[in-house]
Amino acid sequence: MSVREIDVRYVAHLARIELSPEEERQFGAQLGQILGYIEKLNQLDVNGIEPTAHAVPMVNVTRPDEIKPSLPAAEALRNAPAQANDLFMMPKIVE
Amino acid sequence: MEYEAVIGLETHVQLKTQSKMWCGCANEFGASPNTHVCPVCLGLPGVMPVPNEEALRLTALTGLLLNCEITAYAKFDRKNYFYPDMPKNYQITQYDRPSTKNGLVEFEFEGKLAQVRINRAHLEEDVGKSFHFDRQSGLDFNRAGVPLLEIVTEPDITSPDMAYAYLEALKEILIHGGVSDCDMEKGMVRCDVNVSVRPIGQKELGMKIEIKNMNSFSGARRALEYEIPRQIDTLRQGGKLAQETRRWEDSTGMTEIMRTKEEAHDYRYFPEPDLMPLAPTPEWLAAVRARQVELPLAKKRRLMTQYQLPASDADTFVNDTPLARYFEAAATGAKNPKALANWVINNLRAKMAEAQITLADLKFPAASILSLIELVDAGKISSKIAQEVFAEMFASGETPEQVVTRKGLIQVSDTGAIEKFCDEAIAANPRSVADYQAGKAAALNFLKGQVMKLSKGKANPGLAGQVLERKLAQIK
Repeated sequence: MSVREIDVRYVAHLARIELSPEEERQFGAQLGQILGYIEKLNQLDVNGIEPTAHAVPMVNVTRPDEIKPSLPAAEALRNAPAQANDLFMMPKIVE
Repeated sequence: MEYEAVIGLETHVQLKTQSKMWCGCANEFGASPNTHVCPVCLGLPGVMPVPNEEALRLTALTGLLLNCEITAYAKFDRKNYFYPDMPKNYQITQYDRPSTKNGLVEFEFEGKLAQVRINRAHLEEDVGKSFHFDRQSGLDFNRAGVPLLEIVTEPDITSPDMAYAYLEALKEILIHGGVSDCDMEKGMVRCDVNVSVRPIGQKELGMKIEIKNMNSFSGARRALEYEIPRQIDTLRQGGKLAQETRRWEDSTGMTEIMRTKEEAHDYRYFPEPDLMPLAPTPEWLAAVRARQVELPLAKKRRLMTQYQLPASDADTFVNDTPLARYFEAAATGAKNPKALANWVINNLRAKMAEAQITLADLKFPAASILSLIELVDAGKISSKIAQEVFAEMFASGETPEQVVTRKGLIQVSDTGAIEKFCDEAIAANPRSVADYQAGKAAALNFLKGQVMKLSKGKANPGLAGQVLERKLAQIK
Protein backbone atom coordinates (compact mmCIF):
# COMPACT_ATOMS: atom_id res chain seq x y z
CA MET A 1 0.00 0.00 0.00
CA SER A 2 1.53 3.28 -1.15
CA VAL A 3 1.33 6.15 1.27
CA ARG A 4 0.23 9.34 -0.51
CA GLU A 5 1.83 12.58 0.49
CA ILE A 6 -0.72 15.14 1.61
CA ASP A 7 -0.26 18.64 2.90
CA VAL A 8 -1.62 18.05 6.39
CA ARG A 9 -0.92 21.56 7.55
CA TYR A 10 -2.93 23.05 4.66
CA VAL A 11 -5.84 20.66 5.15
CA ALA A 12 -5.80 21.37 8.88
CA HIS A 13 -5.94 25.07 8.13
CA LEU A 14 -8.92 24.59 5.79
CA ALA A 15 -10.66 22.63 8.54
CA ARG A 16 -9.69 25.29 11.12
CA ILE A 17 -7.92 22.69 13.27
CA GLU A 18 -4.70 23.42 15.16
CA LEU A 19 -2.25 20.51 15.12
CA SER A 20 1.04 20.05 16.97
CA PRO A 21 4.00 18.96 14.81
CA GLU A 22 3.64 15.52 16.30
CA GLU A 23 -0.05 15.37 15.40
CA GLU A 24 0.75 16.57 11.90
CA ARG A 25 3.07 13.57 11.44
CA GLN A 26 0.59 11.19 13.02
CA PHE A 27 -2.46 12.34 11.07
CA GLY A 28 -0.42 12.73 7.90
CA ALA A 29 0.50 9.09 8.03
CA GLN A 30 -3.04 8.00 8.85
CA LEU A 31 -4.62 10.13 6.12
CA GLY A 32 -2.05 8.83 3.67
CA GLN A 33 -3.03 5.27 4.51
CA ILE A 34 -6.70 6.08 3.99
CA LEU A 35 -5.97 7.64 0.62
CA GLY A 36 -3.87 4.63 -0.30
CA TYR A 37 -6.78 2.41 0.55
CA ILE A 38 -9.14 4.48 -1.61
CA GLU A 39 -6.62 4.19 -4.45
CA LYS A 40 -7.59 0.56 -4.75
CA LEU A 41 -10.55 1.88 -6.74
CA ASN A 42 -8.09 2.75 -9.50
CA GLN A 43 -7.71 -0.96 -10.14
CA LEU A 44 -11.30 -1.08 -11.39
CA ASP A 45 -12.03 -0.68 -15.07
CA VAL A 46 -14.54 2.18 -15.20
CA ASN A 47 -14.43 2.71 -18.96
CA GLY A 48 -17.91 3.47 -20.27
CA ILE A 49 -19.33 4.19 -16.83
CA GLU A 50 -20.89 7.67 -16.40
CA PRO A 51 -19.52 9.51 -13.39
CA THR A 52 -22.29 10.09 -10.86
CA ALA A 53 -22.60 11.37 -7.33
CA HIS A 54 -25.37 8.93 -6.59
CA ALA A 55 -25.78 5.18 -6.77
CA VAL A 56 -29.57 5.41 -7.02
CA PRO A 57 -30.98 6.51 -10.39
CA MET A 58 -33.45 9.01 -9.04
CA VAL A 59 -34.10 12.66 -10.05
CA ASN A 60 -36.39 15.56 -9.14
CA VAL A 61 -37.01 14.74 -5.50
CA THR A 62 -38.75 17.87 -4.26
CA ARG A 63 -41.28 19.17 -1.75
CA PRO A 64 -44.17 21.63 -2.16
CA ASP A 65 -43.55 25.24 -1.15
CA GLU A 66 -45.41 25.10 2.15
CA ILE A 67 -44.59 26.65 5.49
CA LYS A 68 -44.12 24.21 8.36
CA PRO A 69 -43.75 25.20 12.01
CA SER A 70 -40.28 26.35 13.03
CA LEU A 71 -38.61 25.84 16.38
CA PRO A 72 -39.34 28.37 19.11
CA ALA A 73 -36.31 30.66 19.48
CA ALA A 74 -35.62 29.38 22.99
CA GLU A 75 -35.51 25.81 21.68
CA ALA A 76 -33.31 26.78 18.72
CA LEU A 77 -30.85 28.52 21.06
CA ARG A 78 -30.83 25.81 23.70
CA ASN A 79 -27.46 24.36 22.70
CA ALA A 80 -25.82 27.71 22.04
CA PRO A 81 -22.72 28.25 24.19
CA ALA A 82 -23.71 31.91 24.42
CA GLN A 83 -26.79 33.85 23.53
CA ALA A 84 -28.22 37.35 23.89
CA ASN A 85 -31.42 38.90 22.57
CA ASP A 86 -32.27 35.64 20.81
CA LEU A 87 -29.03 35.74 18.82
CA PHE A 88 -26.32 33.09 18.82
CA MET A 89 -23.33 34.92 20.32
CA MET A 90 -19.71 34.28 19.41
CA PRO A 91 -16.31 35.92 19.52
CA LYS A 92 -16.30 38.93 17.22
CA ILE A 93 -15.94 37.95 13.57
CA VAL A 94 -13.30 39.93 11.76
CA GLU A 95 -12.78 39.19 8.10
CA MET B 1 -1.59 54.97 -22.99
CA GLU B 2 -5.39 54.81 -22.89
CA TYR B 3 -7.05 52.08 -20.86
CA GLU B 4 -10.47 50.50 -20.90
CA ALA B 5 -12.38 48.70 -18.17
CA VAL B 6 -13.80 45.20 -18.42
CA ILE B 7 -16.53 44.49 -15.90
CA GLY B 8 -18.51 41.41 -14.93
CA LEU B 9 -21.17 41.28 -12.25
CA GLU B 10 -22.40 38.59 -9.88
CA THR B 11 -25.84 39.39 -8.54
CA HIS B 12 -27.49 37.49 -5.72
CA VAL B 13 -31.27 37.58 -5.62
CA GLN B 14 -33.61 36.08 -3.03
CA LEU B 15 -36.43 34.14 -4.63
CA LYS B 16 -40.04 34.91 -3.76
CA THR B 17 -41.19 31.69 -2.10
CA GLN B 18 -43.32 30.99 0.94
CA SER B 19 -40.83 28.66 2.58
CA LYS B 20 -37.06 28.26 2.59
CA MET B 21 -35.02 26.26 0.09
CA TRP B 22 -34.58 22.99 1.98
CA CYS B 23 -37.09 23.18 4.85
CA GLY B 24 -40.55 24.48 5.68
CA CYS B 25 -39.43 27.52 7.70
CA ALA B 26 -40.98 30.76 6.44
CA ASN B 27 -39.02 32.84 3.93
CA GLU B 28 -39.91 36.14 5.55
CA PHE B 29 -37.90 39.26 6.24
CA GLY B 30 -38.15 41.11 9.52
CA ALA B 31 -39.26 38.39 11.94
CA SER B 32 -37.69 38.45 15.39
CA PRO B 33 -34.31 36.67 15.48
CA ASN B 34 -34.13 32.89 15.19
CA THR B 35 -37.87 32.32 14.97
CA HIS B 36 -37.83 30.96 11.40
CA VAL B 37 -35.32 28.21 12.10
CA CYS B 38 -35.39 24.43 12.39
CA PRO B 39 -32.85 21.61 12.59
CA VAL B 40 -32.35 21.73 8.77
CA CYS B 41 -31.45 25.42 8.42
CA LEU B 42 -29.53 25.42 11.71
CA GLY B 43 -27.36 22.66 10.28
CA LEU B 44 -27.97 20.27 13.15
CA PRO B 45 -26.60 16.75 12.64
CA GLY B 46 -28.65 14.10 10.89
CA VAL B 47 -31.02 16.32 8.93
CA MET B 48 -31.87 15.99 5.25
CA PRO B 49 -32.59 18.90 2.90
CA VAL B 50 -35.42 18.61 0.35
CA PRO B 51 -35.56 21.15 -2.50
CA ASN B 52 -38.47 23.57 -2.65
CA GLU B 53 -40.20 22.93 -6.01
CA GLU B 54 -41.33 26.55 -6.36
CA ALA B 55 -37.73 27.75 -6.01
CA LEU B 56 -36.77 25.33 -8.81
CA ARG B 57 -39.58 26.70 -10.98
CA LEU B 58 -38.58 30.32 -10.26
CA THR B 59 -34.99 29.45 -11.19
CA ALA B 60 -36.10 28.02 -14.54
CA LEU B 61 -38.43 30.99 -15.05
CA THR B 62 -35.53 33.38 -14.45
CA GLY B 63 -33.51 31.38 -16.95
CA LEU B 64 -36.23 31.88 -19.55
CA LEU B 65 -36.54 35.62 -18.78
CA LEU B 66 -32.77 35.99 -19.18
CA ASN B 67 -32.75 34.03 -22.43
CA CYS B 68 -30.79 31.20 -20.84
CA GLU B 69 -30.93 27.56 -21.75
CA ILE B 70 -32.53 25.40 -19.06
CA THR B 71 -30.13 22.54 -18.66
CA ALA B 72 -31.45 19.01 -19.05
CA TYR B 73 -29.43 17.87 -16.05
CA ALA B 74 -28.45 19.93 -13.03
CA LYS B 75 -27.15 19.08 -9.60
CA PHE B 76 -26.21 20.59 -6.26
CA ASP B 77 -22.74 20.78 -4.72
CA ARG B 78 -21.26 21.65 -1.37
CA LYS B 79 -19.06 24.72 -1.16
CA ASN B 80 -17.01 24.22 1.98
CA TYR B 81 -15.94 27.11 4.15
CA PHE B 82 -15.87 28.07 7.78
CA TYR B 83 -17.79 31.12 8.81
CA PRO B 84 -20.37 31.43 11.57
CA ASP B 85 -23.10 32.58 9.16
CA MET B 86 -23.29 29.02 7.80
CA PRO B 87 -23.37 26.50 10.63
CA LYS B 88 -23.20 23.45 8.33
CA ASN B 89 -19.73 24.70 7.30
CA TYR B 90 -20.78 24.44 3.70
CA GLN B 91 -23.20 26.23 1.44
CA ILE B 92 -25.29 24.19 -0.95
CA THR B 93 -24.89 25.64 -4.44
CA GLN B 94 -24.60 24.53 -8.07
CA TYR B 95 -20.98 24.29 -9.18
CA ASP B 96 -20.44 22.60 -12.53
CA ARG B 97 -23.99 21.73 -13.51
CA PRO B 98 -26.13 24.86 -12.98
CA SER B 99 -29.86 24.86 -13.71
CA THR B 100 -29.56 27.60 -16.35
CA LYS B 101 -26.73 29.00 -18.48
CA ASN B 102 -25.75 31.00 -21.58
CA GLY B 103 -28.26 33.83 -21.52
CA LEU B 104 -28.54 37.45 -22.60
CA VAL B 105 -29.95 40.60 -21.03
CA GLU B 106 -30.92 43.47 -23.31
CA PHE B 107 -31.51 46.98 -22.03
CA GLU B 108 -31.46 50.57 -23.16
CA PHE B 109 -28.27 52.42 -22.36
CA GLU B 110 -27.24 55.86 -23.62
CA GLY B 111 -30.01 55.76 -26.20
CA LYS B 112 -28.92 52.44 -27.65
CA LEU B 113 -29.73 48.80 -27.13
CA ALA B 114 -27.06 47.24 -24.93
CA GLN B 115 -26.49 43.53 -24.50
CA VAL B 116 -24.82 41.69 -21.64
CA ARG B 117 -24.34 37.94 -21.90
CA ILE B 118 -25.26 35.83 -18.90
CA ASN B 119 -22.84 33.05 -18.06
CA ARG B 120 -25.23 31.30 -15.71
CA ALA B 121 -27.99 31.71 -13.16
CA HIS B 122 -27.63 29.06 -10.49
CA LEU B 123 -29.52 28.20 -7.35
CA GLU B 124 -28.02 28.24 -3.88
CA GLU B 125 -28.98 29.12 -0.33
CA ASP B 126 -28.62 32.35 1.59
CA VAL B 127 -26.65 32.44 4.85
CA GLY B 128 -27.47 33.78 8.31
CA LYS B 129 -27.24 37.47 9.16
CA SER B 130 -24.46 38.66 11.46
CA PHE B 131 -24.62 41.58 13.83
CA HIS B 132 -21.40 43.00 15.18
CA PHE B 133 -21.06 44.38 18.67
CA ASP B 134 -18.10 45.71 20.64
CA ARG B 135 -16.54 42.40 21.56
CA GLN B 136 -18.91 39.84 20.13
CA SER B 137 -20.89 39.02 17.04
CA GLY B 138 -24.43 37.67 17.01
CA LEU B 139 -26.12 35.45 14.45
CA ASP B 140 -29.73 35.31 13.31
CA PHE B 141 -30.43 32.27 11.12
CA ASN B 142 -33.84 33.37 9.84
CA ARG B 143 -32.17 34.12 6.49
CA ALA B 144 -30.13 30.91 6.41
CA GLY B 145 -31.49 28.61 3.73
CA VAL B 146 -33.56 31.23 1.90
CA PRO B 147 -33.45 30.34 -1.83
CA LEU B 148 -30.87 32.53 -3.53
CA LEU B 149 -30.17 32.85 -7.22
CA GLU B 150 -26.69 33.87 -8.34
CA ILE B 151 -26.73 35.55 -11.74
CA VAL B 152 -23.28 35.81 -13.31
CA THR B 153 -22.57 37.94 -16.39
CA GLU B 154 -19.82 37.57 -18.94
CA PRO B 155 -17.31 40.46 -18.80
CA ASP B 156 -19.36 42.50 -21.29
CA ILE B 157 -19.79 45.67 -19.25
CA THR B 158 -17.55 48.60 -20.10
CA SER B 159 -18.36 51.39 -17.64
CA PRO B 160 -19.77 52.08 -14.17
CA ASP B 161 -22.87 53.63 -15.73
CA MET B 162 -23.43 50.58 -17.90
CA ALA B 163 -23.08 48.35 -14.83
CA TYR B 164 -25.73 50.44 -13.10
CA ALA B 165 -28.06 50.30 -16.14
CA TYR B 166 -27.65 46.52 -16.31
CA LEU B 167 -28.49 46.13 -12.62
CA GLU B 168 -31.57 48.30 -12.96
CA ALA B 169 -32.69 46.34 -16.04
CA LEU B 170 -32.10 43.03 -14.28
CA LYS B 171 -34.09 44.18 -11.26
CA GLU B 172 -36.95 45.30 -13.51
CA ILE B 173 -36.99 41.91 -15.27
CA LEU B 174 -37.02 39.99 -11.99
CA ILE B 175 -39.76 42.11 -10.46
CA HIS B 176 -41.93 41.94 -13.60
CA GLY B 177 -41.36 38.22 -13.81
CA GLY B 178 -42.55 37.72 -10.23
CA VAL B 179 -39.27 36.01 -9.39
CA SER B 180 -38.16 38.33 -6.60
CA ASP B 181 -39.36 41.52 -4.94
CA CYS B 182 -35.79 42.81 -5.23
CA ASP B 183 -36.24 45.03 -2.16
CA MET B 184 -32.77 46.48 -1.63
CA GLU B 185 -33.65 47.74 1.84
CA LYS B 186 -34.42 44.17 2.85
CA GLY B 187 -31.23 42.86 1.28
CA MET B 188 -33.07 40.87 -1.37
CA VAL B 189 -30.52 41.88 -4.03
CA ARG B 190 -26.78 42.08 -3.50
CA CYS B 191 -24.04 42.35 -6.05
CA ASP B 192 -20.32 41.70 -6.36
CA VAL B 193 -18.18 43.21 -9.06
CA ASN B 194 -15.26 41.82 -11.07
CA VAL B 195 -13.23 44.48 -12.81
CA SER B 196 -9.99 44.67 -14.74
CA VAL B 197 -8.41 47.25 -17.00
CA ARG B 198 -6.31 46.81 -20.15
CA PRO B 199 -4.76 49.06 -22.76
CA ILE B 200 -7.32 49.80 -25.49
CA GLY B 201 -6.77 47.39 -28.34
CA GLN B 202 -5.29 44.65 -26.18
CA LYS B 203 -7.12 41.34 -26.43
CA GLU B 204 -6.00 39.67 -23.20
CA LEU B 205 -7.86 40.65 -20.06
CA GLY B 206 -6.03 42.48 -17.30
CA MET B 207 -5.72 41.24 -13.72
CA LYS B 208 -9.19 40.58 -12.37
CA ILE B 209 -10.06 42.22 -9.07
CA GLU B 210 -13.21 41.39 -7.17
CA ILE B 211 -15.03 43.98 -5.09
CA LYS B 212 -17.51 43.02 -2.39
CA ASN B 213 -19.72 44.71 0.17
CA MET B 214 -21.82 46.99 -2.03
CA ASN B 215 -25.30 47.22 -0.60
CA SER B 216 -26.88 49.23 -3.38
CA PHE B 217 -26.65 49.56 -7.15
CA SER B 218 -25.34 53.09 -6.78
CA GLY B 219 -22.76 51.67 -4.36
CA ALA B 220 -21.63 49.29 -7.13
CA ARG B 221 -21.37 52.20 -9.54
CA ARG B 222 -19.40 54.31 -7.07
CA ALA B 223 -17.09 51.41 -6.27
CA LEU B 224 -16.33 51.05 -9.99
CA GLU B 225 -15.88 54.80 -10.38
CA TYR B 226 -13.23 54.58 -7.66
CA GLU B 227 -11.64 51.28 -8.63
CA ILE B 228 -11.13 51.74 -12.39
CA PRO B 229 -8.99 54.91 -12.12
CA ARG B 230 -7.12 53.31 -9.20
CA GLN B 231 -6.13 50.37 -11.37
CA ILE B 232 -5.24 52.57 -14.34
CA ASP B 233 -3.12 54.88 -12.14
CA THR B 234 -1.29 51.90 -10.67
CA LEU B 235 -0.39 50.63 -14.15
CA ARG B 236 0.56 54.12 -15.43
CA GLN B 237 2.94 54.54 -12.51
CA GLY B 238 4.60 51.29 -13.47
CA GLY B 239 2.97 49.29 -10.70
CA LYS B 240 1.55 45.81 -10.94
CA LEU B 241 -1.92 44.60 -10.10
CA ALA B 242 -2.41 41.34 -8.26
CA GLN B 243 -5.49 39.16 -8.28
CA GLU B 244 -7.26 40.09 -5.09
CA THR B 245 -10.57 40.68 -3.40
CA ARG B 246 -11.27 44.22 -2.22
CA ARG B 247 -13.91 45.55 0.08
CA TRP B 248 -15.94 48.64 -0.78
CA GLU B 249 -16.27 51.06 2.10
CA ASP B 250 -19.32 53.16 1.43
CA SER B 251 -18.49 55.71 4.13
CA THR B 252 -15.02 56.51 2.77
CA GLY B 253 -15.85 55.90 -0.88
CA MET B 254 -12.79 53.68 -1.30
CA THR B 255 -11.95 50.03 -1.83
CA GLU B 256 -9.42 48.28 0.36
CA ILE B 257 -7.77 44.92 0.10
CA MET B 258 -9.53 41.96 1.74
CA ARG B 259 -7.49 39.02 0.54
CA THR B 260 -5.04 38.09 -2.17
CA LYS B 261 -5.09 35.01 -4.35
CA GLU B 262 -2.77 33.20 -1.94
CA GLU B 263 -5.32 33.59 0.82
CA ALA B 264 -8.25 32.88 -1.49
CA HIS B 265 -10.65 30.26 -0.32
CA ASP B 266 -10.22 26.68 -1.35
CA TYR B 267 -13.85 25.63 -1.31
CA ARG B 268 -13.28 21.94 -2.06
CA TYR B 269 -16.52 21.64 -3.99
CA PHE B 270 -18.04 18.19 -4.18
CA PRO B 271 -21.47 16.85 -5.18
CA GLU B 272 -24.09 17.20 -2.44
CA PRO B 273 -24.83 13.60 -1.49
CA ASP B 274 -28.11 14.48 0.24
CA LEU B 275 -29.77 15.89 -2.88
CA MET B 276 -30.74 14.08 -6.06
CA PRO B 277 -30.01 15.67 -9.44
CA LEU B 278 -32.58 17.65 -11.40
CA ALA B 279 -33.82 16.65 -14.83
CA PRO B 280 -36.74 18.89 -15.88
CA THR B 281 -39.51 17.03 -17.73
CA PRO B 282 -41.17 18.61 -20.80
CA GLU B 283 -44.45 18.97 -18.85
CA TRP B 284 -42.72 20.70 -15.97
CA LEU B 285 -40.93 23.07 -18.35
CA ALA B 286 -44.18 23.83 -20.18
CA ALA B 287 -45.80 24.82 -16.87
CA VAL B 288 -42.88 27.16 -16.15
CA ARG B 289 -43.02 28.58 -19.68
CA ALA B 290 -46.70 29.41 -19.14
CA ARG B 291 -45.63 31.77 -16.36
CA GLN B 292 -43.34 33.81 -18.62
CA VAL B 293 -44.38 37.45 -18.84
CA GLU B 294 -43.61 40.11 -21.40
CA LEU B 295 -40.49 41.97 -20.34
CA PRO B 296 -40.46 45.75 -20.11
CA LEU B 297 -38.20 46.30 -23.12
CA ALA B 298 -40.13 43.82 -25.28
CA LYS B 299 -43.36 45.49 -24.23
CA LYS B 300 -42.03 48.91 -25.15
CA ARG B 301 -40.99 47.73 -28.59
CA ARG B 302 -44.33 46.00 -29.17
CA LEU B 303 -46.34 49.06 -28.12
CA MET B 304 -44.28 51.18 -30.50
CA THR B 305 -44.82 48.92 -33.51
CA GLN B 306 -48.33 47.68 -32.80
CA TYR B 307 -49.84 51.09 -32.05
CA GLN B 308 -47.27 53.44 -33.65
CA LEU B 309 -46.66 55.06 -30.25
CA PRO B 310 -43.74 57.39 -29.66
CA ALA B 311 -41.05 55.99 -27.33
CA SER B 312 -42.05 58.32 -24.51
CA ASP B 313 -45.67 57.10 -24.54
CA ALA B 314 -44.52 53.47 -24.66
CA ASP B 315 -42.24 54.15 -21.67
CA THR B 316 -45.14 55.64 -19.74
CA PHE B 317 -47.19 52.50 -20.29
CA VAL B 318 -44.27 50.20 -19.43
CA ASN B 319 -43.93 52.00 -16.10
CA ASP B 320 -47.66 52.03 -15.40
CA THR B 321 -49.05 48.54 -15.94
CA PRO B 322 -52.70 49.29 -15.03
CA LEU B 323 -52.75 52.27 -17.39
CA ALA B 324 -51.21 50.10 -20.12
CA ARG B 325 -53.83 47.42 -19.55
CA TYR B 326 -56.57 50.06 -19.80
CA PHE B 327 -55.06 51.43 -22.99
CA GLU B 328 -54.58 48.06 -24.64
CA ALA B 329 -58.10 46.91 -23.80
CA ALA B 330 -59.54 50.06 -25.40
CA ALA B 331 -57.06 50.06 -28.29
CA THR B 332 -58.41 46.79 -29.71
CA GLY B 333 -61.43 48.72 -31.02
CA ALA B 334 -59.62 51.95 -31.82
CA LYS B 335 -59.21 53.39 -35.30
CA ASN B 336 -56.64 55.84 -33.98
CA PRO B 337 -54.65 54.17 -31.18
CA LYS B 338 -52.07 56.94 -31.20
CA ALA B 339 -54.73 59.52 -30.36
CA LEU B 340 -56.10 57.16 -27.71
CA ALA B 341 -52.67 56.90 -26.07
CA ASN B 342 -52.47 60.65 -26.12
CA TRP B 343 -55.81 61.03 -24.34
CA VAL B 344 -55.04 58.31 -21.84
CA ILE B 345 -51.61 59.68 -20.95
CA ASN B 346 -52.11 63.43 -21.20
CA ASN B 347 -55.72 63.87 -20.14
CA LEU B 348 -56.97 60.83 -18.30
CA ARG B 349 -53.85 60.31 -16.20
CA ALA B 350 -53.60 64.00 -15.31
CA LYS B 351 -57.29 64.20 -14.37
CA MET B 352 -57.03 61.07 -12.23
CA ALA B 353 -54.01 62.48 -10.40
CA GLU B 354 -55.86 65.76 -9.87
CA ALA B 355 -58.98 64.01 -8.54
CA GLN B 356 -56.83 61.45 -6.67
CA ILE B 357 -58.74 58.48 -8.07
CA THR B 358 -57.72 55.28 -9.84
CA LEU B 359 -58.91 53.61 -13.04
CA ALA B 360 -61.37 51.56 -11.01
CA ASP B 361 -63.14 54.76 -9.91
CA LEU B 362 -63.79 56.10 -13.43
CA LYS B 363 -67.42 56.96 -14.11
CA PHE B 364 -67.25 56.46 -17.88
CA PRO B 365 -66.26 53.41 -19.95
CA ALA B 366 -63.10 53.40 -22.10
CA ALA B 367 -65.39 53.35 -25.13
CA SER B 368 -66.33 56.97 -24.34
CA ILE B 369 -62.78 58.11 -25.04
CA LEU B 370 -62.96 56.32 -28.39
CA SER B 371 -66.26 58.09 -29.19
CA LEU B 372 -64.68 61.38 -28.22
CA ILE B 373 -61.73 60.78 -30.57
CA GLU B 374 -64.12 59.85 -33.36
CA LEU B 375 -66.06 63.07 -32.84
CA VAL B 376 -62.81 65.02 -33.26
CA ASP B 377 -61.58 62.94 -36.19
CA ALA B 378 -64.95 63.33 -37.95
CA GLY B 379 -64.71 67.10 -37.56
CA LYS B 380 -67.79 67.28 -35.35
CA ILE B 381 -66.00 69.00 -32.50
CA SER B 382 -62.66 70.78 -32.33
CA SER B 383 -59.90 69.35 -30.16
CA LYS B 384 -60.28 72.33 -27.87
CA ILE B 385 -63.97 71.59 -27.35
CA ALA B 386 -63.03 67.94 -26.88
CA GLN B 387 -61.09 68.91 -23.75
CA GLU B 388 -64.22 70.51 -22.37
CA VAL B 389 -66.30 67.45 -23.25
CA PHE B 390 -63.73 65.21 -21.61
CA ALA B 391 -63.87 67.21 -18.38
CA GLU B 392 -67.66 66.86 -18.37
CA MET B 393 -67.68 63.14 -18.99
CA PHE B 394 -64.94 62.65 -16.41
CA ALA B 395 -67.06 64.45 -13.83
CA SER B 396 -70.48 63.03 -14.69
CA GLY B 397 -69.96 59.79 -16.62
CA GLU B 398 -72.08 61.07 -19.52
CA THR B 399 -71.16 59.89 -23.02
CA PRO B 400 -69.40 62.50 -25.16
CA GLU B 401 -72.45 62.58 -27.48
CA GLN B 402 -74.67 63.42 -24.49
CA VAL B 403 -72.34 66.23 -23.40
CA VAL B 404 -72.10 67.64 -26.92
CA THR B 405 -75.87 67.60 -27.40
CA ARG B 406 -76.67 68.95 -23.94
CA LYS B 407 -74.24 71.85 -24.27
CA GLY B 408 -74.76 72.44 -27.98
CA LEU B 409 -71.08 71.98 -28.77
CA ILE B 410 -71.33 70.54 -32.28
CA GLN B 411 -68.71 72.17 -34.43
CA VAL B 412 -70.01 74.63 -36.93
CA SER B 413 -68.99 73.39 -40.35
CA ASP B 414 -71.81 75.19 -42.04
CA THR B 415 -70.08 77.60 -44.42
CA GLY B 416 -72.90 80.14 -44.19
CA ALA B 417 -72.53 80.51 -40.43
CA ILE B 418 -68.75 80.61 -40.64
CA GLU B 419 -68.90 83.28 -43.38
CA LYS B 420 -70.97 85.40 -41.03
CA PHE B 421 -68.44 85.04 -38.19
CA CYS B 422 -65.61 85.84 -40.62
CA ASP B 423 -67.34 88.97 -41.88
CA GLU B 424 -67.85 90.12 -38.30
CA ALA B 425 -64.21 89.46 -37.40
CA ILE B 426 -62.93 91.31 -40.46
CA ALA B 427 -65.23 94.28 -39.86
CA ALA B 428 -64.22 94.56 -36.19
CA ASN B 429 -60.45 94.34 -36.75
CA PRO B 430 -59.39 96.60 -39.66
CA ARG B 431 -55.92 96.90 -38.22
CA SER B 432 -55.29 93.14 -38.37
CA VAL B 433 -56.70 93.06 -41.89
CA ALA B 434 -54.21 95.76 -42.88
CA ASP B 435 -51.40 93.87 -41.14
CA TYR B 436 -52.29 90.71 -43.03
CA GLN B 437 -52.34 92.54 -46.31
CA ALA B 438 -48.97 94.06 -45.46
CA GLY B 439 -47.63 90.52 -45.29
CA LYS B 440 -47.89 89.69 -41.56
CA ALA B 441 -49.08 86.08 -41.68
CA ALA B 442 -49.58 86.04 -37.92
CA ALA B 443 -52.51 88.43 -38.30
CA LEU B 444 -54.49 85.60 -39.90
CA ASN B 445 -54.16 83.56 -36.72
CA PHE B 446 -55.43 86.48 -34.71
CA LEU B 447 -58.47 86.85 -36.97
CA LYS B 448 -59.05 83.11 -36.80
CA GLY B 449 -58.96 83.37 -33.02
CA GLN B 450 -61.63 86.05 -33.21
CA VAL B 451 -63.81 83.79 -35.37
CA MET B 452 -63.41 80.97 -32.84
CA LYS B 453 -64.33 83.39 -30.07
CA LEU B 454 -67.43 84.63 -31.88
CA SER B 455 -68.50 81.04 -32.48
CA LYS B 456 -67.84 80.19 -28.82
CA GLY B 457 -65.21 77.73 -29.95
CA LYS B 458 -67.56 75.78 -32.16
CA ALA B 459 -66.38 76.90 -35.59
CA ASN B 460 -64.41 74.32 -37.53
CA PRO B 461 -60.96 75.95 -37.31
CA GLY B 462 -59.75 74.58 -40.66
CA LEU B 463 -62.80 75.86 -42.44
CA ALA B 464 -62.64 79.21 -40.66
CA GLY B 465 -59.04 79.63 -41.87
CA GLN B 466 -60.00 78.87 -45.47
CA VAL B 467 -62.97 81.21 -45.50
CA LEU B 468 -60.94 84.02 -43.91
CA GLU B 469 -58.15 83.68 -46.46
CA ARG B 470 -60.62 83.75 -49.32
CA LYS B 471 -62.40 86.81 -47.94
CA LEU B 472 -59.16 88.69 -47.23
CA ALA B 473 -57.97 87.99 -50.77
CA GLN B 474 -61.22 89.45 -52.09
CA ILE B 475 -60.79 92.67 -50.06
CA LYS B 476 -57.48 93.22 -51.76
